[in-house]
Amino acid sequence: MTESALGQSGTHSRRVMRSSLALARGLGAAHSGVTHWWVQRLTAVALVPLSLWFIVAMLHLLGAGQPEVARWLQHPINAVLLLCLILASFQHMQLGLQVIIEDYVHNKLTQLATLLVMKAITLLLALSAIIAALKLAFSQ
Amino acid sequence: MAKFTLPANSRVSKGKTYKAPADAKNVKVFQIYRWDPDANAPPRTDTYEINLDQCGPMVLDALIKIKNEIDSTLTFRRSCREGICGSCAMNIDGTNTLACLKPIEEIKGAVRIYPLPHMPVVKDLVPDLSLPYAQLQSIEPWLKTQTPPPPDGERRQSREERAKLDGLWECILCFCCSTACPSYWWNGDRYLGPALLLAAYRWIADSRDEATGERLDALEDPFKLYRCHTIMNCTETCPKGLNPAKAIAEIKKLLAERQM
Repeated sequence: MTESALGQSGTHSRRVMRSSLALARGLGAAHSGVTHWWVQRLTAVALVPLSLWFIVAMLHLLGAGQPEVARWLQHPINAVLLLCLILASFQHMQLGLQVIIEDYVHNKLTQLATLLVMKAITLLLALSAIIAALKLAFSQ
Repeated sequence: MAKFTLPANSRVSKGKTYKAPADAKNVKVFQIYRWDPDANAPPRTDTYEINLDQCGPMVLDALIKIKNEIDSTLTFRRSCREGICGSCAMNIDGTNTLACLKPIEEIKGAVRIYPLPHMPVVKDLVPDLSLPYAQLQSIEPWLKTQTPPPPDGERRQSREERAKLDGLWECILCFCCSTACPSYWWNGDRYLGPALLLAAYRWIADSRDEATGERLDALEDPFKLYRCHTIMNCTETCPKGLNPAKAIAEIKKLLAERQM
């Protein structure tokens, strides 16, 4: 909680002299958040079958060599499902980490910087995973 | 960052002990948080030994007995003593509840009593609730209509429409739920908290209200509403047995529904 919200009764900080109602209303509603909430749930649901499929596939490929794994990934269904898994995982991760950062990092500047770094790292990781999968899928 | 440890002047020390009379047979120990804004000292817990043979059954009875007979400086809010006014909300035995509805015999060992968590303390067990009260005002908890009321009487509801308000109108605004919610602890200046989201949904669910869309507009915000991470402490702690978490889920469902 910020200092400003605490300083209302007169028993605490006196630096903020706005009314409690003005503080409670703040800057108003941002009129967003529905998409974030909805996509986080959609990706969560999608990840259940995708993860199970991936675990089963990896168990089947246990001990397989590179050519065998490449052949598995050259099947279009496997390639598409793996890309779906990668996209859903990183999107879900990015949305979840955003919530954690917003919850716990209260300094606005630090929060913005942390969010941007986190999103950049997620994007780089997701692109790396996609490129790796595509390279394997299109290898000869 | 969120603060996980108390600053030095907020750490609770051990205070005075008030012994029970020597002839008392049924003694229960009460450890109560004390802080006096005028004393310029950190908070402490005072220990009171109460003879339960000469005390009412509820925690509030013990608090009143302490104030009347043992230590008149103990400060707490109370009014109706039957779970309707919401004044005596406090943290008893680690859970937010109403002192008037909490039987002493349900508590094993010493009865530990603290003010509602994470609110500024005015004195002893009295928290400063001016922020949640202002947040209540901000959700405009009254019927909003454009259609004039029928000239011959009140605005009517079907039985089914009225039934949708059950589980919502009973809230007494004691703020046990909001002050049990970690999201409200960390972001209470922007997150409305379970009590007020339940209050907001009470008007969204009211068939007579004509401002449903405006009400949803005002809640569509990553902080005001979506800080709820379904931790469920609110529903767990509600002394009236209500389900604020469900009311919040209904608001989220309506916000998703109007996008489709």
